[in-house]
Parts: sequence; structure tokens; C-alpha cells
Amino acid sequence: MKTLRNPFFLFGAYGVCLVLIALLQSVQLALGILGLGLISAIMALGINIQWGYAGLLNIGAMGFAAIGGATAVWVAADPVPAAWSAGGADLLLALFVVLGAVVIILVLNRVMPSSAFQKICTLAVGLLAFVIARPLFGKAVEAIEAVDPALSGYLGGLGAPILLSWMIGALVAAGAAWVIGKIALGLRADYLAIATLGIAEIVVAILKHEDWLTRGVKNVVGLPRPVPYEVDLVEMPWVLSLSNTLGTSADDMAAILVRLSYCVLFAVVLLALLWLSEVALRAPWGRMMRAIRDNEVAARAMGKNVTKLHLRVFILGSAVVAMAGAMLVTLDGQFTPGTYQPLRFTFLIWIMVIIGGSGNNWGALLGGLVIWMFWVEAEPIGLAIVSLLVAVLPEGNEIRDHILGNAAQMRLALMGALLLLALRFTPRGLIPERQVDTRGR
Amino acid sequence: MQDYANAALLLTNYLVVPGIAYGCQLALGALGVTLIFSVLRFSNFAHGELMSAGTMFAIFATWGFQAMGLSFGPVPTALVALPFAILASIAVVLLTDKAIYRFYRIKRSDPVILLIVSIGVMFVMAGLIRFLIGPDDRTFNDGARFILKAREVKDYLGLSEGVTIKTSQAITVLVASIAAGLLFWFLEKTKTGKMMRAFSDNEDLALLSGINPERIVKLAWVLAAVLATIAGTLYGLDKSYKPFVFQQLLLPIFAAAIVGGLGNPLGAVIGGFVIAFSEVALTYAYTKFLAYTLPPAWVPDGLVQFLPTDYKFAISFVILVLILLYRPTGILRGKTL
Amino acid sequence: MSYLKGEGMTGGYGGADILHDCSISVDKGEIAVIVGPNGAGKSTAMKALFGMLNLREGAVTLGETDVTHLTPQARVEAGMSFVPQVRNVFPTMSVEENLEMGGVLRDGPLTETIEEVYELFPALREKRHQHAGELSGGQRQQVAVGRALMTRPKLLMLDEPTAGVSPVVMDELFDRIIEVARTGIAILMVEQNARQALEIADKGYVLVQGSNRFTDTGAALLADPDVRKSFLGG
Repeated sequence: MKTLRNPFFLFGAYGVCLVLIALLQSVQLALGILGLGLISAIMALGINIQWGYAGLLNIGAMGFAAIGGATAVWVAADPVPAAWSAGGADLLLALFVVLGAVVIILVLNRVMPSSAFQKICTLAVGLLAFVIARPLFGKAVEAIEAVDPALSGYLGGLGAPILLSWMIGALVAAGAAWVIGKIALGLRADYLAIATLGIAEIVVAILKHEDWLTRGVKNVVGLPRPVPYEVDLVEMPWVLSLSNTLGTSADDMAAILVRLSYCVLFAVVLLALLWLSEVALRAPWGRMMRAIRDNEVAARAMGKNVTKLHLRVFILGSAVVAMAGAMLVTLDGQFTPGTYQPLRFTFLIWIMVIIGGSGNNWGALLGGLVIWMFWVEAEPIGLAIVSLLVAVLPEGNEIRDHILGNAAQMRLALMGALLLLALRFTPRGLIPERQVDTRGR
Repeated sequence: MQDYANAALLLTNYLVVPGIAYGCQLALGALGVTLIFSVLRFSNFAHGELMSAGTMFAIFATWGFQAMGLSFGPVPTALVALPFAILASIAVVLLTDKAIYRFYRIKRSDPVILLIVSIGVMFVMAGLIRFLIGPDDRTFNDGARFILKAREVKDYLGLSEGVTIKTSQAITVLVASIAAGLLFWFLEKTKTGKMMRAFSDNEDLALLSGINPERIVKLAWVLAAVLATIAGTLYGLDKSYKPFVFQQLLLPIFAAAIVGGLGNPLGAVIGGFVIAFSEVALTYAYTKFLAYTLPPAWVPDGLVQFLPTDYKFAISFVILVLILLYRPTGILRGKTL
Repeated sequence: MSYLKGEGMTGGYGGADILHDCSISVDKGEIAVIVGPNGAGKSTAMKALFGMLNLREGAVTLGETDVTHLTPQARVEAGMSFVPQVRNVFPTMSVEENLEMGGVLRDGPLTETIEEVYELFPALREKRHQHAGELSGGQRQQVAVGRALMTRPKLLMLDEPTAGVSPVVMDELFDRIIEVARTGIAILMVEQNARQALEIADKGYVLVQGSNRFTDTGAALLADPDVRKSFLGG
């Protein structure tokens, strides 16, 4: 049992599985699993910072990943000048009205004594801003979405390198996390859970329905890449000679090289984050966070501003998740709001953190890699098992058709069962948190 | 004058009637959440799926009755099937409690752990439900469609607006009132109900008084299953049954429970109506209403709508946030930690 | 032979022992009071007697039966009743419902017992439909004691019943407790207000660091110069 818990053994086993997939299925698939596994590991790291360090229950990872993804569009997509000239002015005006109203309300709240009259004024200003801004906004949206709707119909992005969006996405998400944290932190733990769940749904709804922003469900495709394109690679002499030596086709070689370079990029980010997290965890700050998690009352009694510290951790973790979200869109080269499902983007990450070992960064990393592999491979394996099971039923049997038709739904149940089993039997995860006595006796 | 009568009818038809029906459904859902919270002290994220499971059982029973050639005239078969569905749901919750939740209760785990466990349960249930009945949209209301048709009202009153009341809406209000009434009677008047309230009020003292905790917990699950099955079936009759809808219903239901005051049954009912009416009123397009009430020159063109229906659930969230900011314990005071 | 007897009780909450060979007993119709400095293990001794703490050594007997290994709930059924120091009422339930909850273990109607509690605490009769959480501190203590009497216990245990109430209310509460004792119920209480409590006590225990320091009648302890100097402030 002890060797099973050895991190080197666990990571080694993962490596072996990856090599097996490369040999049995294909190298591209293995590298694809590794790439998405690395991104998942970064998301798991972000959630682990919140849950493992501070006990904050964020079940809105999906929302932050989507914010990161949308930022990739805003940063990297080509700008659409026609859309800006069609509706930009009205849009900015509407934005200006709203911002003005916010400023007025803030000033009002500061200057006037708290009273019913003050509340009425606040409400009146808000309503007035709505009445002015709403038609402006409606007109702007209509104009923007009318610009070449088949290809753009949105404001486009800045046309900047997509790698920038990894940082900017994290910053945007940090801002969103600040707002949510201000509201929901310091209240019951359940409220943060519900608030994050809600905000995630709202973020995705906005990205799906506001076509002028990110084209909604029409998707943004063809985002520029940070790595070379396959079509260019196959022209390169060194690629050709490499594929000759290894005995693969040039096309395959190019695809492998592209995936490999993505993996390297992701691994660099992951290692940097991991290093930072480890340093933070060992620093007095990390010890304090865990002390607060283990005994919040005592920490408050010692005069720590727990809510403020929690807010910082919440922002940090959300920013990391958003960074991974931007990386995911970079890898895909497209932004598809319809694919943001809570199961895939929130709960899968939670399973990674809990199975990997909450509170341990290496655990989160391992959980991210392993669970992603399981997620990908569970489908063909599960389908194979189900087909074997129903083989006893005759072809064309109604029950057989029903089971085969709905077998994919079982993935949901399987992942849930995995979470329950992990919570029950290895609540501390594959690589448990190193026990440091934070109680300070 | 006629214009104002028309405007009033318009609002009744599109705001009041649907709002009441939806409010009843949310209130029943929120009651279940609040009961589990006050007795087991965690937010049960699997409650939406419990509603879904109950509805699925009701649909299966309906199909069974239909296969036997039974029909109940204007009453939807699902209503007659309800008791069977409730029994099945009770079996499901008691089994889940025994197999999963009980372990953490005995260990006296933190409520947050139970919350995460309930998320696991939610996914297992969601997967099984979609596997059993399939992910498609289903209508299973085979009763009379309407109690009151807009046309009849129009003809009778001689006005251009009418009010439609669907059978499902009337049934919703009736069944929900009976269920909520029985629940409140049980909690207020019966010895067991009082024991349940005592347990929720002060667990340690309840134990010192000799109240059996396992019995109270089982009872809470049974009540939650009953309420969830009724709520889900009524919602399904009124709209349609789509398994994935229940994951989205979770937000308004929790919002209702928290807005009213988590752990407070009366608050859950109030919260349900607050959320339902806000949702309906803020996504309704008031163009026609304004055309009746304002002088023609003032009537704006285009939809006069606060929010598109796509953002329906954002409303429950915003109300939730406002309550959390200004009155964290809810309208009627609930429990806080 | 006393009705309740805890002998040689030694134990704690899992860590180090808090009680060391502590013995406490009380007979029917008697009032026994446990006093002592802060952290002397007074409440712990009470909890040990009620089974809310595992004893490493020692035994607790109630009448003829050994109750050392019974759960608190089983001890309630055996005739013991406990009034905790804090959180001792059901705040969102009415006074009458609080009393009813005290009697859930009993079969048959509770009206008679409720009536007896109202006789004892007439103020509660007026407030019978009010929520217990809305009552004043003293009345809340009355509800707490009333709830504990609903099982018709043979032994009533009170953990600092007068904590945080005014002297007038305290005197009133002590009078009622004497009345309860006269009905033949054994009473054991932990008290901070040592002097006043010993005045009504038939028997007093002074605990220090989890052990018996002085044991005598209430009057004798009050008269003892050592006890006066160390524990009663002169």
C-alpha cells in the first residue's frame, strides 16, 4: 500500500499509461490527452488553492474558465472595424451612462445619510440610467449584429497575440472574483457555493446569448495560434527529414510536433504556477491560511482579518482557473460557449482535486492528469463494456437499443460514483496533504 | 375604462396566473431543501435530481396506467400515479441515506463535506435518470387542457383580452396548497412534527429530551421525497419533463429557500413566490400593457422588457445577492452559522 | 445509601484526565451543590454523571442500577434529567411546546405535568404561547427547568442555572428549586454563586482540579474558615 501512495510511483504509472495509449491508439491521442490533462491540472490547482488552502467552496469553475476563454477571443480575434463604426458609439454611450449612474449612486450613498429618501434616490438614478441606456444598447447591439452576420456580427478582438490572453484572462477573472467574493465571502460556506454556481451559469448564459460580444452560439473559430500551423510545418525541411528518420508520414509528424509544442507551453505555465503555489504554501502566508481553515474562530480571535484573506485566496484561485480557460481556447483555436457544461468544467475539476488530494498541489496535478485520462478513456471502455453486456439480447431488441442509445449518459453517474467513492474511502486523496500542525499548541 | 380592464386581464393572464403556478412549484421544492437543511444541516444539491427522479417515477406509473387502458377523464393520469411515484422516491432517499449520508452523519462531518457528497449523489442520480428515461423532452399531461379559455372570457366580458387557466395550473395550486397545508399542520400540531422542529431548533437539547435522531432524519428524508415528487410532477405537468431542466431549477429553488430564510418552512413558501413573480414580471414584455394604459403617443415601440427570457435564472441570482447583502438571514429569519 | 452515586470517577474528553477520583452523591429530596474555582471540573463532573463523557475509572449508580455505560438518552429514561447551562430551550417553539418536548418519552397525556410546572412557575402559564427565545433570561431558565421536569425525573441536574440572571431572579429560582426538592426529587447543581447556593444546599462539594477538596453539609461548608477564605472570598 505504501508504494501505491508514493508520488513517484503514481506519476510513473501515469506515464506508462500514456505510453501505452501512444502505442495502442495513437501518439496524437496521447499528446492530446497530455495537453488537456495539463490544462485540467492547472484548473485543479486553482480550485485546490481555494479549497485545499482555505476551505472555500467554489463550484463555479465553469464560469471562470469561460471568462478566460472569452478573453482569448477579445485579445486575439481580429477587430471588426465595421461593427465598431456601426454600433460602437452607442455602445460606449450606454456604457458611459451606466458607469455615470454607478458613480452618482456611490457618491449619493457617501454624501447622504442612510434613509428611505436616499434609497429612493438610488433607485431613481438606477431606473433613469436603465431607461436611457437600454434603448441605446438595443440599437447598438442590433447594428453590430447586422454587420456581416455570417462571418462576424460582433465587435471582434484586439488582434493581439493570443498568449497575452492567458494573463489578461486571469486579470479579468480576478476582477469578477473580487465582486463575487465581496458579496458571498464571510457568509455561510453554502452561500459561496450557491453564489459561484449561479455566477457560472450567468456568465455562460451571457456568452451564449450576447452575440455582439463573442458571437454567442455561432462560435468564434480560427483564432490565431501561438505555435506554427501544420501546413507550414510539412514544408519545413527539418520536419521532413525527421519524419523520414522516424518512419512516419510528414502530416503525422507535423501534427505531433504541434501538439508537442502546446504541451511544452502548458507544462511551462503549470510548473511556474506549481512552483509559486509551493512557495506560497510553505511561506508564513500559506501556514496562516491553513491555520484559518482548520480553526477559523481561533484565527479571528487572534485578530486576523479572515474575510480579507479569504477574498485574496478566492481571487487567486479564480484567476488560475481562468488562465487555464484561456489556454483551453488557445488549444482549440475556437470559442464555443455551448460546450461549457458544469459537469466537464466544474465537477470534473472537483473530482480531480479530491481524488488527487485536497491541500496538496502535487495531488491536484496528479488528479488533473489522471482523471482527465480516465474521462477520455472511460467513454470507449464504458461503451465496450455495455455492448458486451447487451450482447445477450437479440439485435433490434427494444431494451438493447435503449441501453445502447443512452449508455453515454452513464458517464455522469460514473463520475458521481467516483466522487462518492473517493470521499468515502480516500477522503485525503492519492497524495494527501502533508501534515503540519497548524493548531499552534 | 375598457382599456384598463383589458390591461388588468392581460396582466392576470400573463403574470398572475403563471406566477402563482410557478410560485407553488418553487415553494414545494424550496420546502424540501429547507427541511433537509434544518434537520441534517447541509444544503442538499441533489434535491433538483430528486424532483426529477420523482417525476420520472410518475411518468413510468402513468405509462403503466395507460398501458392498462386506464384513464381518469379530465384528471391527468400522472396525478393518480403520484402516490406510487412518491413511494418509489421514498425508497430512493432512504436507500441513499443509508448507503451514503449516514456514514458522514455518524462521523459528524462538516456540513461542507455533506454538501460535496450531495453533489456526487446529484450526478449519480442525474446519470441514472437519463439512462433510464432518456434525455429527451416529454409531455405526459393527458388530462383536460384548460379550465378557462381566453376566448370564453373574451366573449363573456365583451373585451379584447381574456384569461386562460390551464388545468395543470389549477391542479398545481390545489395540490400544492393541500401538500403545504398538511406539512404545516404536521409540523405545528402533531407530536412527531414538533419533535422535528425541536430537533432543528436545538439538536443537543432534543437528544437530552430523548428524541430519537435517526427517526427524525428518516422522516425529514421522507418528507423531502414527498415534496420533491409532488413539485417535480406538477412542474412537469405544467410545462414538460426534461431531465436537464432540474439542474437549472436548483438555482431558483435554493434562492427561494435562502431568500425566505434557510431552515424556515414559511419562509420557503414566501421565497418561492418572491422568486417566481420576479422571474415572470421581469421577463414579461410590457408593450401591449403600455398600449392599453398610456396615451398612444407615449407608447414605446419594441419590446418593453427588463430582461430577455434567456436570463430568467439570473433574476433569482440577483435577488439572492440582494438578500445576502441586505439581510443575510432571509426575509423571515432563518439559521445562520 | 444515596440515590445517585458517582464513585471514583476519573476521565476527560479524550486528552488528559480532567476528573481525578471524584465522588459525588445525592439522595432523594436532597439538594447537592458542586462549587469550586473556574476550571475545577464542576461541569465535567456533571457531564460524567450524565454519561456525556467516557469514564476511565469509577462507576455511576442510580438507585440499585449501574448506569455507568448507559447513553444520556437511556439515563433520561432511567429517571435522570439534565438542564444544560446554555442553549437549554427550543427558541422558536412556544413555552408549552418546550414542555411537551420534555415529555416525549412518556406515554399518555402530559396535561397534568404541564399543569404542575405552571403551578411551580406561574409566569410561564401567561406566556405559554410565546416563543421561548423571546423570553427574559430568568423565564427562559424556568422553561428549561420545566422542560427537564416533564419526564417526572427522580433526579434533576442543573448546570449553573443562575448564570447571567439578576440576584432577585436567582433567589426566586432557588426557592422554586427547594420546592421541587420537597416533592422528593434529588437535585444536583453546579453553581458559580457559591455562597447563595450553599445556603440552600443539604450537601456541598468543593472541587479543585477535578478532585474532591471539601465535602460537608451546606451550612458546615459556609462555616468552615478554610472554605470561606479560599472559595467564598472571606
